[in-house]
Amino acid sequence: MRWIWIDRFTEFVPQRRAVAIKNVSLAEEHLHDHWEAYPIMPTSLMIEGMAQTAGILVGQARGFREKVILAKVAKAEVREIVTPGDQITYRAEIENLTPEAASTRGEVLKNGELIGEIDLIFSHIDRNLAGVEFPEENFVFTGQFERLVAPLLEGTDG
Amino acid sequence: MPMSEGEVFEKVKETLVEALGVDDDEVTPEAKISADLGAESIDYLDITFRLEKAFAIKIPRGELVPEQLLSDPTYVRSGRLTAEGLEELKKRMTHADLTEFEKDPEVGKIMDLFTVQTIVNYVMGKVAA
Repeated sequence: MRWIWIDRFTEFVPQRRAVAIKNVSLAEEHLHDHWEAYPIMPTSLMIEGMAQTAGILVGQARGFREKVILAKVAKAEVREIVTPGDQITYRAEIENLTPEAASTRGEVLKNGELIGEIDLIFSHIDRNLAGVEFPEENFVFTGQFERLVAPLLEGTDG
Repeated sequence: MPMSEGEVFEKVKETLVEALGVDDDEVTPEAKISADLGAESIDYLDITFRLEKAFAIKIPRGELVPEQLLSDPTYVRSGRLTAEGLEELKKRMTHADLTEFEKDPEVGKIMDLFTVQTIVNYVMGKVAA
C-alpha cells in the first residue's frame, strides 16, 4: 500500500488554494479492519488526506525546497461517517505562510456536501536549520507527490 | 476608538482557548502560557497567527518570543542569561514583567515570563501603535 491519501488534484492555485478528491473503495485494506462488519473511512486518515492536500500546496509555494512537516492539527471536526463508494473532497487554503511555517484552513466534503473542517499548521524543517542530515526516504516531497500536482501546474510559474 | 485592556484580554482569552483547548476559567492574567496552559513550542506559532488575525496586527518573528536571543553565546552562558543578555531581553520584552526572572535568569525559566498578561500587554502596545 502507498501512503497517498488523495487520488487527484482538481484545482491548484499556487500559494493560495488547492482542491483534491479521494474515492473511498472497499478494495482498500484498512477499511476491513475499521471495521469488518461496518467499514468506514477513519477520520485520522481524512486528516492525513487534508495534510497531503494542504502540505503539497505549502510545499509548492516554496518550490518544494522545504521539508514541510505537519506540526499541529489546530482543528479537526468531521460530522458524518464516510463509507466505501463515497467521494471525499479536500479544500485547503493557505492562511499564513512565513519562512519557517504555514497555517492552512480546510473543508471536507462528502459527495459534494460539507461535512467538516480541518485546520493545520506546518513547520518547515530545513536541514541547515536543524543541523541534521535527514535520510532521503524521510523527504516529504518524493516524486509521487510532485507527479500528482504536475498536471495542474502546466503553464503556470510553479 | 482604541480597545480597552478588558476588551483585549477577552479576545486574547478567546484566542488561547481556541489555540490550546483550555477552559475559559483557566485563562487568568497570571496564568503561564506553557506551565499552566500547556503550550508547546508550535503552539506559540499558532497563537501568533491567531493574534495577527484577531487584532489585524503583524507580529514580526522574535518580537513576541525573542527565541534567537537564546542561541546567542554573548547573551547566554552556562544556562543563564549574561548581564548583556538580560539588558537585551529587557529591551525586547517591554511587555513582560522581569522582576522575578532577574533574580535568577536561568534560561529554563524564560518561558515562565509568558503569562496571559504578557500577551495582553504586547497586544495593547501593538493596537495603540
